[in-house]
Amino acid sequence: MAKITYLHPNGTATVVDVQAPNTVMRGAKLHNIDGIEAQCGGSAQCGTCHVYVDEDSTVPLPPMDSVEDDVLYGTACPRRDSSRLSCQLPVTEEIDGLVVRLPEAQS
Amino acid sequence: MAARGVVVIGAGQGGLDTVAALRAKGYGGPVTLVGEEPVPPYQRPPLSKGFLTGAVARAELTLRTESFFAAHDIALVSGDRAQHIEAERQRVRLASGSTLGYDKLVLATGSRPRTLPVPGMDLSGVLTLRTLADAEALRTALDGPPRQIVVLGAGFVGLELASTARVLGHDVTVVEAQRRVLARALTPQMSQWLAERHAQQGVRLLLGQEVTALHGTAAGEVAVVRLRDGRRLPADLVVVGVGALPNTQLAAEAGLLVGDGVVVDRWLRTDDRSVYAIGDCARFPSTRLGRHIRLESVQNASDQARCVAAAICGESAPYTAVPWFWSEQCALRLQMAGLIAGHDETVTVGDPDGARFSVLCFREGRLTGVESVGRPADHGIARRLLSSDTGPSPAEARTPGFDLKSYATKPSSPVPAPA
Ligand SMILES: Cc1cc2nc3c(=O)[nH]c(=O)nc-3n(C[C@H](O)[C@H](O)[C@H](O)COP(=O)(O)OP(=O)(O)OC[C@H]3O[C@@H](n4cnc5c(N)ncnc54)[C@H](O)[C@@H]3O)c2cc1C
Ligand code: FES
Repeated sequence: MAKITYLHPNGTATVVDVQAPNTVMRGAKLHNIDGIEAQCGGSAQCGTCHVYVDEDSTVPLPPMDSVEDDVLYGTACPRRDSSRLSCQLPVTEEIDGLVVRLPEAQS
Repeated sequence: MAARGVVVIGAGQGGLDTVAALRAKGYGGPVTLVGEEPVPPYQRPPLSKGFLTGAVARAELTLRTESFFAAHDIALVSGDRAQHIEAERQRVRLASGSTLGYDKLVLATGSRPRTLPVPGMDLSGVLTLRTLADAEALRTALDGPPRQIVVLGAGFVGLELASTARVLGHDVTVVEAQRRVLARALTPQMSQWLAERHAQQGVRLLLGQEVTALHGTAAGEVAVVRLRDGRRLPADLVVVGVGALPNTQLAAEAGLLVGDGVVVDRWLRTDDRSVYAIGDCARFPSTRLGRHIRLESVQNASDQARCVAAAICGESAPYTAVPWFWSEQCALRLQMAGLIAGHDETVTVGDPDGARFSVLCFREGRLTGVESVGRPADHGIARRLLSSDTGPSPAEARTPGFDLKSYATKPSSPVPAPA
């Protein structure tokens, strides 16, 4: 179980507890958080589950593989150093406290 | 008169995304989503892929939790079928007998598997793959000892299934009437390349072959697939994947214009201004091709759902999204952006032998579509280029060492910063 904060483009925040085995993308779906489309359902194909990891976050995340890196070239909002695909971030105890920003648009 | 609200028929990808987008945009009237399947909306793509191997669990298919519908005040009617549209009175009659009045009606009824007009299709052991129930039956069939499986049709669903069944250790033959796989969806190069991969994986491909009959055992189980050339293929499971037909019956009976899909305009409106149609069942004018087309993809259902929700909320804009599609076969990622049909020139970039390459399709010198294997960056960049009507010329693409990543990220890049 991990506490994850989703920051919306309008500045509001939703904080939820997400169980393993899930992903940060799935956590948003399970808690009815808008702003993540995930058209490909989490198979790293679509780039519509793009999030920005909060700059102040010190939570350790798994490194991105080359597929995730490539898919991030196709996101609707600009890619930044903090960009990740939320479907490629598994929920584990270690990511407790993760804060992600939702982009203005996903597609 | 009190608002009757929006009724959406078909609780699949497009239907769900319509009601979700309506609420996300602040639509305040009543919203009802009607689906004939007895389960809440789920994703179909894994049904021919990870769901069959067990890599994707049943729970992961569900698109939204029950609490989503309650939280957004969306009435979800499952296991009931819209039977009749009374267009003049703006109401829909359901199989259960209840009626629903509407201000706006959205048809998102999807498509159903096409059947083959040959004897023996009703034998036991002859399956199709469209719904979760179909996939569960197929999964049970694939779960046991190795079987002799014949797949009829080398389309996306047929090929994905063939490759999955092969990985699970079954003996698999695919019979296709066309001379190449995915003839309508892919360039000849990609089609050829993919066919070789299937063959390497041990899938037997019989191209340019037609099935004339299925024969069964005395107990009514399928046993033999007979081909036009007289060949008889032993089979204890036959999966029919010969394409899909749009579910247009409701619309046709209501007097709406129908012809291989419910015909809509650029705003996805039918000829009745209070009725829209989206997704697999809709036939819409493609600005890129200059004619009406029907697309069967998650992207199309999802983007059309959002377009219609915006129109209902008063922000009318025509539908112009760049189509894209993905498939997973032989442990490969195949992605397509834009339209492959109608190209007059192609340029291949990357390394086909290493299974990392893209085929760029041009028409009159303009980039119109890109198909990629193992090059997700090309795919994403292609989607952006196509949506802004920019892209390399064929000559640029042919320059040695050319690749879309450096083309799109060079300082003088013609790609506008994404919105
Ligand atoms: C096995 C399989 C694999 C696929 N793989 C991919 C893929 O990899 N990538 C991709 O982009 N696309 C894929 N697709 C296609 C994609 O799933 C469809 O294009 C998409 O689901 C279309 O959405 P839709 O809303 O138009 O229709 P659907 O999602 O099919 O939903 C239509 C719903 O309407 C219901 N319905 C119909 N008539 C009525 C009625 N009268 N009353 C009530 N309910 C009704 C149906 O039961 C159905 O539940 C795949 C499809 C299948 C079947
Ligand atoms: S859900 Fe499609 S890339 Fe993450």
